[in-house]
Order: sequence, then C-alpha cells, then structure tokens
Amino acid sequence: MSKEPVAVVGIGQTAHVAARRDLSIAGLVREAAGRALEDAELTWADIDAVVIGKAPDFFEGVMMPELYLADALGAVGKPMLRVHTAGSVGGSTALVAANLVAARVHGTVLTLAFEKQSESNAMWGLSLPIPFQQPLLAGAGGFFAPHVRAYMRRSGAPATIGALVAYKDRRNALKNPYAHLHEHDITLEKVMASPMLWDPIRYSETCPSSDGACAMILTDRAGAARAPRPPAWMLGGAMRSEPTLFAGKDFVSPRAGRDCAADVYRQAGITDPRREIDGAEIYVPFSWYEPMWLENLGFADEGEGWKLTESGVTELDGDLPVNMSGGVLSTNPIGASGMIRFAEAALQVRGQAGEHQVDGARRVLGHAYGGGSQFFSMWLVGAQPPHR
Amino acid sequence: MPEVLKAPLVVEFPFTRSLGPVQSAFLTGLRERVVLGVRTAGGRVLVPPVEYDPVTAEELSDLVEVAPTGTVTTWAWNHAPRRGQPLTAPFAWALVRLDGADTALLHALDAPGPDAVHTGMRVRVRWAEERTGAITDIACFEPCAGGPQQPTGITGEFEDPVTGIVAAARLDYTYSPGRAQTAYINALAGRRIVGERCPSCRKVYVPPRGACPTCGVATSERVEVGPRGTVTTFCIVNIKAKNLDIEVPYVYAHIALDGAGLALHGRIGGIPYDEVRMGLRVEPVWTEGARHPDHYRPTGEPDADYDTYRELL
Repeated sequence: MSKEPVAVVGIGQTAHVAARRDLSIAGLVREAAGRALEDAELTWADIDAVVIGKAPDFFEGVMMPELYLADALGAVGKPMLRVHTAGSVGGSTALVAANLVAARVHGTVLTLAFEKQSESNAMWGLSLPIPFQQPLLAGAGGFFAPHVRAYMRRSGAPATIGALVAYKDRRNALKNPYAHLHEHDITLEKVMASPMLWDPIRYSETCPSSDGACAMILTDRAGAARAPRPPAWMLGGAMRSEPTLFAGKDFVSPRAGRDCAADVYRQAGITDPRREIDGAEIYVPFSWYEPMWLENLGFADEGEGWKLTESGVTELDGDLPVNMSGGVLSTNPIGASGMIRFAEAALQVRGQAGEHQVDGARRVLGHAYGGGSQFFSMWLVGAQPPHR
Repeated sequence: MPEVLKAPLVVEFPFTRSLGPVQSAFLTGLRERVVLGVRTAGGRVLVPPVEYDPVTAEELSDLVEVAPTGTVTTWAWNHAPRRGQPLTAPFAWALVRLDGADTALLHALDAPGPDAVHTGMRVRVRWAEERTGAITDIACFEPCAGGPQQPTGITGEFEDPVTGIVAAARLDYTYSPGRAQTAYINALAGRRIVGERCPSCRKVYVPPRGACPTCGVATSERVEVGPRGTVTTFCIVNIKAKNLDIEVPYVYAHIALDGAGLALHGRIGGIPYDEVRMGLRVEPVWTEGARHPDHYRPTGEPDADYDTYRELL
C-alpha cells in the first residue's frame, strides 16, 4: 500500500524576539499553535495527535515539555510525542508528525517546536564542566569557525562571501514581520566593519538568541480537500545521523547531509535540484554555512557553492533564493529554528509568504541540522500533490 | 586493570521563568497571603491554577480566591528530607484540597510522625515569614481544627505583581570517563598522549572512547601518538570567554598529532596569532601541575603539505 500524501494546511509562528517576558512557555507555544489552527480553520477537537520538539534539556531546563505543555496544546485524550535531535529537532519533529499521517496512523496532527532562550543560556548548556576534560577554549562560534576556514581553503572562496550572505539574509528579514532582527539601516559596509569575533567569523555573520515557537497542522488528502487555503504537499522527507566526531568526518560537507538530501530528491523524483527546486530555507547559523550547505545539498558542485552566493543566485530575486525569511541569521529560537525552515518552505509553495514570497515557487526545500553536524532533517514541499 | 577514574559533576543553573498572567496572579497572591485558583467554563476551580483547561484546552483567566484551609486527600511520609525540600525534619508530602477548590495542591505537611497524619484530616496553610511570590511562600501545611476559613475578597488584581521567578536547577552526578579515557588521562601524567587503534579500520582515536564510532567495535590496542602534530585548521578568538584566564586574541586550533586518526583541539602559543597557518607543525607545552598540555608551540619544521592532513580537518 502506498503512503498517504501529507499536506500542510496550517502554519503559525510567534513574532520572534529577544525576550517574551509577557508569556510563560505554555503561553508561547499556545500562541503559535492557535495561529496554526486559525490558518487551517480547525479547532482543538480536530487534532488527532500532537508532536513537539525543543532544544536539548540543559538549554532551557525544561525536562518534560510533553508533560508540562499537554494542557496548552489540547493533548488530553490524544497521543503526545516529543522528538529530541539537538539543533535539527524542529525538522525531525515535523517529519515524525508527517510520518504519522503518511502511515495513516492519524488523519490530522499538530506539530510544534519552541525555545525561550531568554530564560536560559545555551552556551552554558553546551559547555558543562566535565571532570578531567579540558574546558572548551573558544565559545560558541569557536566550534564553527575552524570549519569555515577549512571550507575557504578547500574551495578558494574569497573572504567576502560570508558578509554577502549576512547582508542578504538581514535584508530578507526586513520583509518578514516574524523575524527577530530588523536592521533597517543595514549595509554591506556595516556587515564588513563589524568586529571579527572568531576569525574568520564576524559578529554580523552570527545568529541572534531568540524566543519563539512555530507550529504546523499536517493532514491527509481528505483534510487537504477541506482546507480553506492552498496546502503545501510533502514531496519527500528524510533524516540522517552520524557521530559528532569520528576519524574521517567531513565537517565541511558531512556525509549524513549529502545522503539525506539524496534521499529526499529520490522520493520527490528530483534529478537536478539546482534547476528543479525554486528556493530553499537552509539552517545557516553562521553566514558561511550557506555556500557550504549549497554544496552539501547538491545545488552546486564541491567548491562551487560560493559562486552562487557571489553572483546573486541566492538573493530573494535570484534564480535559487535561499533563506527568503531571513533565515537563522535573523531568527534563532534554537529548538524552533528547524521547524521555521520547514514552515517557511511550506509558506512559499502555498503563496502565503507575504513580502518575502518568491513568485511562482512550486517546489521549496526546508533543511535543518544539529550544531555538531550529527543530525540532518529535510523536506521538499510542493504546490501540487505528489504523483503516485 | 587500574581503577577507573570517578569525580563528582554538579550541573547547576538558575533558569528564569516568565510567568504569564495566571501564574503571575497565583504567586503574587501567595506573597499577599491569599490562595487563588482558576475557574473553568464547567465551573470547576483548579488549585494550583493552570493557564489552559485540561479538558477543553480553552484559555482560562477567571481567578477565584479559595480558603487557606483544606482537607488532605492522600499523603506519603518523607523519612529523610533532602536538600532544598520545604522542611528539614521528617514530614508528610500531602495533596491538600483547599476549601472552595475542586483539585488538590501538593505541599509539605508538618506533623510529628506518620501516625498523626490521615486522609481526610483538616489542615491550614502556614505562611512563610518572608514572602517573595513563590510556592515556598507557603512554608507548609499544619493540622488544624474546624471548618473553612473565610476568604478575604481578593480578586487577583495586585499592585506590583510578580512576573518572573528564578527556578534554580541542580543535578548531582558521579562522572566516570570510563576505561579508555582513564588510561588516556593516566598517561598524560607522564606527559604521553596515548590513543587506541580500531582493530577494523586501523584508525587511532585520541582521546580514545573505548570503541570506534565508525566500525562499532571495541578498541583496546594502545598507541602513543605525537608528541608533534600539524595544525589542520583554526580560528582566532577575539572575545574573552567567561571563566577562561586567557588573553585575547589567541588561536584555537585543530591539531592532528602524528599517528592520530583525527584532530584534537588546543591553543597555539609561542608565535604571533596572525602568523599561525594551516599546516603549521607544533608540539605540546606542558606546565607543572596541569593535566593537559597548556598549549602547543611551533616546532620550527617546514609546514606540512595540505594533502598530508586534508582528511584530518
């Protein structure tokens, strides 16, 4: 028996900001979930199951979100699952929910991811003082910066590429009312003049720390037929894992990422992603990860990703727009960031992305990964249902 | 086999919580010696109050005062109170349904012994002398006689409401790095860096983890690596990290020690930060009393060719 096609019929986000002091975590997730229900014109009673995700527990000290948030998400009497895959969690949470629909376990599923970075300290969560070990010497960006240097060496990319990405994403964010950073006076010169924190990563090329939540309603063909607005259809979805450290690990282009993308394209019948995909929301926590992931995802040959960025292909009006929403560089509630990528991809093919809409977007990729490049999750969504 | 190392690991953080309207009213009420519940559309009064109806999922906001007296619905005796619990002497954990409420609140009940506690007994709130807007503003419950105490008429509107709390979390672990890392750490005391070779792929893991993550097999063959190695990639750190007594800028590098199958991380010294480069040959610098090398410095050898370390970034 073939899989049930999966449709996204409701999307809701909070406005992402540095601190939502007016709301509890329950209030935060409720705001996103309520907006998703409103978009789908459904009520709590229409939801068959709830699947939630969040950042690692030490990041905000909430150990059992599935227990604490059941009331706020109307989960009483329904299955409630929690997904846990580090930074990629927003993407894998959506895929677990999608698989429940595809397998015909449930008809309509609410999926949601969140984080309130203002109530915690992610850097503390990442650098526990493990006995006998040398303390982490470099801070958050220090983990990523050597990989960026390795990419620059391998590809021969000019040093300006990172700044071009940041300048583009921050301008895109100005068109997205939900984005955290709205830097109205941004210029390329300002990005390039910002302090070099972890050379080669500048301050302006790093992601902010945000509070926010994102929710989606996923449903089957019958649910999609009743939807008040055009649905987004899942054309392919996959997850892959690999260890954070092992001999032979390629941090610049991890194999798990390449394999995950290949699986998604195979499911969707994509043979030339660069030509057949109209845009991508890619998890780019530091600007240089745009060209790195363009190669890892098969949009460019090895060593060529930066040329797409440099030539404007990834601009909002380019041939392959990337991070139309402003991306993780403009909004980063870590636990929710992956789901925001997935949701923004769906908004594009539904034609609901507002000012950052790409005209005629018919197939868009949503991508998430975990900070140590240990988890990858991706989906490709389309304006038309899959051919089966 | 030498003994495996162990050490205490305390994970501790003062998480902050924004309360939202309902919890804000509840905790501010406690500060003012008033217990507030929330009424559902079905007419039930939930204490402690919740923001969303557990049955219908509707948002709740109808705050209602209940009495500081109530009835024990069930309990368990706590023979040995632990750090951070409400009372230092043995006490009962009790679920108390306050007069006017339909649900029970969990708190401590001060009683001389388990024989003095029974389901159905009448109790009242003992308020803490100093109250800040926290569940600990109720010091505990204590036995009492008689019927409900009268409410005060408070509505849930307060001046200067509590909007956030600090929820300190602490976990106490006994950490052990395991057999393989214990051997690695013991070898460091002799200023030797010892990894383990995978019997299948032959790569040397340093520090060793006791198993090869690629092949999924145990490693046991010990192999000394280094002491010299190659800087495979690096960054220049320009911001001072908390709790680190290192002057910026400094270089944080991935270093592939000779013979190792992957790079480890370390600081580069003994050379101006802006002269560090990929391929630089380095060696560890040990300092008295420190377990790990303090940093790595140039050996003066010619730089390694990129092709010799391109798989070790």
